[in-house]
Amino acid sequence: MWSYFANPHKFLRLSDWLAPAFYTAGTLCILWGLWQGLWVVPKDEYQGGDIMRVMFVHVPAAWLAMASYSALAVASFVWFIWRHELADIAAKSIAPLGAVWTALCLATGSIWGKPTWGTWWQWDDARMMSVLFLFFLFLGYMALRAAMDTRQKAARAGAILAMVGALNVPLIKFSVDLFTSLHQDASVITMEGPKMAAVYLWPLMISAIGHSLLFGGLVMTRMRTEIRDRRIARLRAAALEGG
Amino acid sequence: MSPAPLLSAFRQSLGEAWAGGAGALLPLGFLGGAAVLVPLGIGSDTDTLKAVGPGILWVALALSSLVTLERIFQADAEDGTLDLWLQAGAPVSAIAAAKTLAHWLSAGLPLALFSPLLALMFQAEARPVLLINAGLYALGSLAFFFWGAVGAALSATVRRGGLLISLIALPLYVPTAIFGALAMSGGPGSAGAPLLLGASTLFACAIAPFAMSAALRLAAD
Amino acid sequence: MQSEAAPLLTGTGLGMIRGERMLFREIGLEVRPGDALVLRGANGTGKTTLLRILAGLTRPETGSVNRPAAIHWFGHREGLKPQETPRAHLDLWAQAWGSNADIASILAGMGLARPADVAARYLSAGQRRRTALARLLLEQRPVWLLDEPYTALDAEGRARVDGLIADHRAQGGAVVAAIHGEAGFAATSELAL
Repeated sequence: MWSYFANPHKFLRLSDWLAPAFYTAGTLCILWGLWQGLWVVPKDEYQGGDIMRVMFVHVPAAWLAMASYSALAVASFVWFIWRHELADIAAKSIAPLGAVWTALCLATGSIWGKPTWGTWWQWDDARMMSVLFLFFLFLGYMALRAAMDTRQKAARAGAILAMVGALNVPLIKFSVDLFTSLHQDASVITMEGPKMAAVYLWPLMISAIGHSLLFGGLVMTRMRTEIRDRRIARLRAAALEGG
Repeated sequence: MSPAPLLSAFRQSLGEAWAGGAGALLPLGFLGGAAVLVPLGIGSDTDTLKAVGPGILWVALALSSLVTLERIFQADAEDGTLDLWLQAGAPVSAIAAAKTLAHWLSAGLPLALFSPLLALMFQAEARPVLLINAGLYALGSLAFFFWGAVGAALSATVRRGGLLISLIALPLYVPTAIFGALAMSGGPGSAGAPLLLGASTLFACAIAPFAMSAALRLAAD
Repeated sequence: MQSEAAPLLTGTGLGMIRGERMLFREIGLEVRPGDALVLRGANGTGKTTLLRILAGLTRPETGSVNRPAAIHWFGHREGLKPQETPRAHLDLWAQAWGSNADIASILAGMGLARPADVAARYLSAGQRRRTALARLLLEQRPVWLLDEPYTALDAEGRARVDGLIADHRAQGGAVVAAIHGEAGFAATSELAL
């Protein structure tokens, strides 16, 4: 399976129709989720009234923040062990998109927080804090790659940092949870388990799937661009050499 | 494996840290300066200073680790020493750890030992607990230095790498800062915090050398 | 004159890409006791890169290097710290390598007796190069990889380098050197990049 996906030609052929399919399906899912979330489901006063509807963007963004960093770590690992160029291209393409969704999660969380917590930022909220550090991990990854002078070095440095980051994520999460569990007094937003009303579940799920599909489609498009970029660079170098 | 190359790496790094005669004085001056700015910034209210004092020291320690680490591998990459260490016949991870330890000894540990004095300036009462806190600072700063050194190794060939190191290391400093501050808070849940601090430092010492080794091979490439 | 002893260093199918630029490809070489291989090529053709690949410092894009014998690396950066004196430098590496060579006589032999206790930041470029060359004498290693060994040296210094290389080859050592101008020793083979 790896060798199949590691082949840029096959990837280009596959993503040629898969990326548009992802875009279409993703957009439809997001639109349905938004329509359900904004107009159909009842509001929950306990969660802050109408403002809780931001959750139909916030929760998918939170899911993607975590999923995209995991994907980055896996792609980095695959590159580090097997040196498949496509894995590096994937890692490079995932990072900025992951950062965007992570920022989206922070922004929507903050917007949701203002009426419910009474403040834009709550240091006691473990989820927000964890996502913030995830955001920094993404920024560091992108900055490091940008600072390297060749793409081979960028790939190696990026892979090392992504793996170190992935190893640290559980510890960061644990420490942040501990930090907030000691400071928290008022009950803030709780979304886990049975408290979650069933009416919200389907729109949330569909939204999350929609965001994931959109994310996947964008990653594929970025990868296609990157593959061609590298091909152009190679051709130019060859032309210079020959001329 | 003979420990000789590690001792040499350690010795060379100590020599570098003390070159110019300043040695530990420079980081101490930095810590002092950073700490003195705080009361000027937030006011001299006794209770406020007492509350923020321990935290300020953690921040100052984190910053001083970043400042001192900026050049440790960059200088080696520029003057060719890195090539020699990669061929010294010892695991690169062990050499990187020895160098990090040397810099911690000349910048991190003195700061930690100096901390009771600064705590007094922040209106803490002179009590034995200040000495225990010095130990906690020492333990935590070791983790700062190891994670910071990973950032330093990754940006060894980057011009103006200092800013990059800060960005890379910041999220990795989080657990240490949280466990460390918790251990000193004396509040609920603080009993087990020194153990957590120790565990996260051990984790740093166990993982960071391998990341540094991979990063230094890259820097020489 | 190729000797029949087992090779000290073998490279097969070596190829290297920098960025998107191909530096060289399909380079094969074999170094046996007494050999002196000189790498030739204009600036930017990859002489230094090939030497670093042979030393194991740089990973080749293709091919592999077999190193049955120990290697001394002499790059264009000396590996001296600004505050280090030649004597301290040799002491440090003698300790690291577990060598008990007579450092005073090595220093004298390289014409470094007078500046032996001067910090590297006050040394001339030639004195720094000599210090780095002196490092090669701390421990007997069969293969020397030299990147532009004549750089910054005067006529006397160049003669010293030639003498070192001749002694080393006479003792069954081998040399691979990237040299831009004329070599002061008889190369057994040349490799143009």
